[in-house]
Amino acid sequence: MKISEQWLREWVNPDLSAQALMDQITMAGLEVDGAEPVAEAFSGVIVAHITACEPHPNADKLQVCRVDTGTESVQIVCGAPNARAGIKVALAQVGAVLPGNFKIKKAKLRDVESQGMLCSEKELGLSDDHDGILELADSAPVGQDVRKLLNLDDLSIEIDLTPNRADCLSIAGLAREVAVLNDLTQTAPAIEPIAATHQDTFPVSLEDPVGCPRYVGRVLNNVNVAAPSPLWMVERLRRSGIRSIDPVVDVTNYVMLELGQPMHGFDLDRLKEGITVRRAQDQETLELLDGQTLTLGNDVLMIADAAGPLAMAGVMGGEQSGVSRETRRVFLESAFFAPIEIAGKARGFGLHTDASHRFERGVDPALQEIAVERATRLLVDICGAEPGPTQIHEVKANVPVPATIALRADYVKSALGLEIAGEEIRRILAGLGFAVQETAAGEWQVVAPSWRFDMAIEADLVEEIARIYGYNRLPVTQPKAALGPRGKPEQRVTTAAIADRLAALGYQEAITYSFVEPALQQAMFPKEAAIELANPISADMAVMRVSLWPGLARALTHNLKRQQDRVRLFETGLRFRETSKGTEQIAMVSGIATGSRLPEAWYENGEALDFFDVKGDVEQVLSLVKGVEFDFLPGRHTALHPGQSARIERNGKLVGYIGALHPSLARQLDIKQPTFLFELRLDRIVKTQLPAFTALSRYPGSTRDLAVVVDEETPVADLMNSVREMAGEDLESLTLFDIYRGKGIDSQRKSVALGLTWQNPSRTLTDEEVNSLMDSIINTLQTRFDAALRN
Amino acid sequence: METLAQLHDRALDAVRHAKETQELDDLRVRFLGKKGEITAQLKGLGALSAEERPAAGAKINEVKTAVADAIAARKAELEEAALSQRLAEEKVDVTQPGRRQGKGGLHPVTQTLRRMESFFTAIGYDVAVGPEIEDDYHNFEALNIPSHHPARAMHDTFYFDATTLLRTHTSPVQVRTMEAGEPPFRVICPGRVYRCDSDLTHTPMFHQMEGLMIDTDVSFADLKGTVEEFLRVFFEKELAVRFRPSYFPFTEPSAEVDIECVMCRGQGCRVCSHTGWLEVMGCGMVHPNVLAASNIDSTTYKGFAFGMGVERLAMLRYGVNDLRLFFENDLKFLRQFN
Repeated sequence: MKISEQWLREWVNPDLSAQALMDQITMAGLEVDGAEPVAEAFSGVIVAHITACEPHPNADKLQVCRVDTGTESVQIVCGAPNARAGIKVALAQVGAVLPGNFKIKKAKLRDVESQGMLCSEKELGLSDDHDGILELADSAPVGQDVRKLLNLDDLSIEIDLTPNRADCLSIAGLAREVAVLNDLTQTAPAIEPIAATHQDTFPVSLEDPVGCPRYVGRVLNNVNVAAPSPLWMVERLRRSGIRSIDPVVDVTNYVMLELGQPMHGFDLDRLKEGITVRRAQDQETLELLDGQTLTLGNDVLMIADAAGPLAMAGVMGGEQSGVSRETRRVFLESAFFAPIEIAGKARGFGLHTDASHRFERGVDPALQEIAVERATRLLVDICGAEPGPTQIHEVKANVPVPATIALRADYVKSALGLEIAGEEIRRILAGLGFAVQETAAGEWQVVAPSWRFDMAIEADLVEEIARIYGYNRLPVTQPKAALGPRGKPEQRVTTAAIADRLAALGYQEAITYSFVEPALQQAMFPKEAAIELANPISADMAVMRVSLWPGLARALTHNLKRQQDRVRLFETGLRFRETSKGTEQIAMVSGIATGSRLPEAWYENGEALDFFDVKGDVEQVLSLVKGVEFDFLPGRHTALHPGQSARIERNGKLVGYIGALHPSLARQLDIKQPTFLFELRLDRIVKTQLPAFTALSRYPGSTRDLAVVVDEETPVADLMNSVREMAGEDLESLTLFDIYRGKGIDSQRKSVALGLTWQNPSRTLTDEEVNSLMDSIINTLQTRFDAALRN
Repeated sequence: METLAQLHDRALDAVRHAKETQELDDLRVRFLGKKGEITAQLKGLGALSAEERPAAGAKINEVKTAVADAIAARKAELEEAALSQRLAEEKVDVTQPGRRQGKGGLHPVTQTLRRMESFFTAIGYDVAVGPEIEDDYHNFEALNIPSHHPARAMHDTFYFDATTLLRTHTSPVQVRTMEAGEPPFRVICPGRVYRCDSDLTHTPMFHQMEGLMIDTDVSFADLKGTVEEFLRVFFEKELAVRFRPSYFPFTEPSAEVDIECVMCRGQGCRVCSHTGWLEVMGCGMVHPNVLAASNIDSTTYKGFAFGMGVERLAMLRYGVNDLRLFFENDLKFLRQFN
């Protein structure tokens, strides 16, 4: 909400600079977002009176005006169509400086001398209005500085109110806060009832008293809609960001800004029979003031007459029934609509109006008559309106009742950590409009004012007290709590440990969006149905990721396109899948790597990394999980190269996948170098074992090497598992130290060289024992794998 | 015939000219070995008279000792020279870069989260995480935000259907923590959150860390103390902190916390929109309705909650000027934090 500082000060005027006032408002919880001068800098512009106007001898569109400045009469050439004798205008005298550092000099326009310029609003930086010169009130004193006359040394203050503070969406509400903050009383303009000059009324029927329990109306006859709104009003509206339309609209807007009551003026001659406040019927349509036509449903509260919808209640009036230039009779509406009925309705149609903003947050249900009286006063003064009696339609049972809350000094103290004097508590609450009655020592019964919709419990009152007392005056203490020990289970692998290890292995952590581009994900995971967002922010962030790979692949290509050809990234986070058991959200650690094995350096030969580099990295991560064997089994994955991909399992349970990015996906992503991916389910690698000590053997170990030739298709893991199985419990280590293909070995076969070490904890193993174990290993390998000993 | 003196000179000369330790070993055998030339002299003693024998023997032994000493000395000399040569040969250019794998590192958001977590875990908070696809109840209803509440407009929510959404804050984790346990609680909830908003200063996903303390004797003053202490420790600076009344449906009283701008020390700059203040978190005393929704007796227990944007704190801490950089994953950006 935007308001004028001067307007606020007319209601309450603390001895504070503008900045101090704004800081004070902000610190009371009404955040000032900014402030702008209401007019650009200019000087030398005074009120002047046009005494005569004659056509310019050499130009059709120009006039030559005699203008009285109070001290002299000067000649001004003016092109504005509204320049005429008798009006008061803003004269930029010779020597004046207008916005944009535009200096006014004596000039000749088509041979006629002009001693200054008559200014439009635009030329003074007040608005974009350039239709004619600014006309000042007849009462404006000739010779007075226009800045002073129009009170232009003023700020337009933007206040960003939280949704609970609808009561401050007006000058009156803000003034109440400023008054209590400074312990001042308000000097609000008196609002007196305006007596009816005739007895015309218009029927109103409240068919939905839940949505609209109060409706105050008034018939105004002989409204001169052609009368101009006074400049002071236009200026105040402008400083609040509202454009002047016609006096009826201007007055309703003015009263809304001043008091907080949104109002509407109907052209009474266009209303049929009477007003009904009711729910819309299905498919009922309404053409709004802004020209768009809405199709309404039963959830929408509306104002209708016998002919149909007139307005969307609390949101916007209709085009057909609004005030126009022909309007002579006006029916003023000042209603209370239940916030819950209005909430979300405007937004549902993509609308947001000053009225809906206020009604959905709550308008004071006691304000309607006062607003009508205020608007009547203004319309009588401006348009010569003749008011009928004020009509009050009310279903009392549905009018919100202000909350009554018990307040205890003890509670205030325990909640804030400070004792605030009872007198101060009473002053604050009373100043904010609460009725405070002491029921016992340190206990009060507090009734909230009708304009507060955010008061229900004791804590709400505590906030009011703290807010006005000043949050920053409250003490600062450290909480006292039991020193409960917090254990860290040692048998858990933390995500942090995994991240640290990957970082140590040269991977950079990425954070990619949890929603991804559907096409890429579909290409990588054609079998997974991704969960779709109902309202995605863009088409390339439309579905939840079923894996971290699509995001990582995009991050990789982002870098490849920026001359980074060696990229290693990892990410941890949830992946989302719809399963028969519902939405599955599983934490993963995933990675992607491409480029040379080592960073370019003097010791490195530019070799690209391969499957085993990345497998090694994954094994390093998995080695955090102690006492567990993970199996890498040849596996198929739609995103991976079929010959270079593995399922990773722990006791037969899937842990994740590793492999080369499928060449067709690489082509689609425009990745021209081998790229590898891995992903691991964090929940399946979280459990580890405590290190279990075994006594060190004091006896020497025996080592043997074994080289066998097997079929190319034989997985070395199977071979090694058989060796382990046959080698007995004294086998201490088994290493695969060479794989050889080529000369001396049949094609389709490979030589696998293994190193074995045995050690017994309590004695030295004999050669015979070890040789016999070797024999059984060799026999087994021959039987199971058709292995041949290599010499 | 060669005299003993001549033999002595010849042996020492040979030792002096030896170039390798092997050569010295050969000389030792040649002169001092069982059949060595000097040893042979001792055999000639038998031809002398008993009176002459001791003096002549002593002379031979002198020569023997002199040659043995010379061999040892020459050997030491040669070894010394060999070591020097080896050292010279093995010299490397120590300014050459070391051999290593490339440098990886953690994302600045993770680093910031860890700093935040370490503060709170040190004062006895647990860390809790929860689902990101949430239900309306845990994200809104249980937090005192019923369906028509205007505060819902403050959250630009991503929906899947009428009741399923992407969490807009990590507060649902607080709710789940309260539902699953018994007070007192001290817990922080870090994680990804989502808002349907994207411009210069908003990304549709970002990270929050919320905290919750519930106990029998917790006041707004304690909240102020916790928050101020956290900010002082996080920024490692004495910064002015102010609490500004605000509104969140799940806290009452509620506050926004501003710190003195870390860029300009409160003088006013572009980062703080020339106000000298930076908004860094929201907080307040937990609303009794929120406690009631999780079956906690609000007459016995009170508590406070706070929540802050991790990227925001990372930006202020490290001087990052564009939020969107956090999610582009450009290595040139990420590596700056390694």
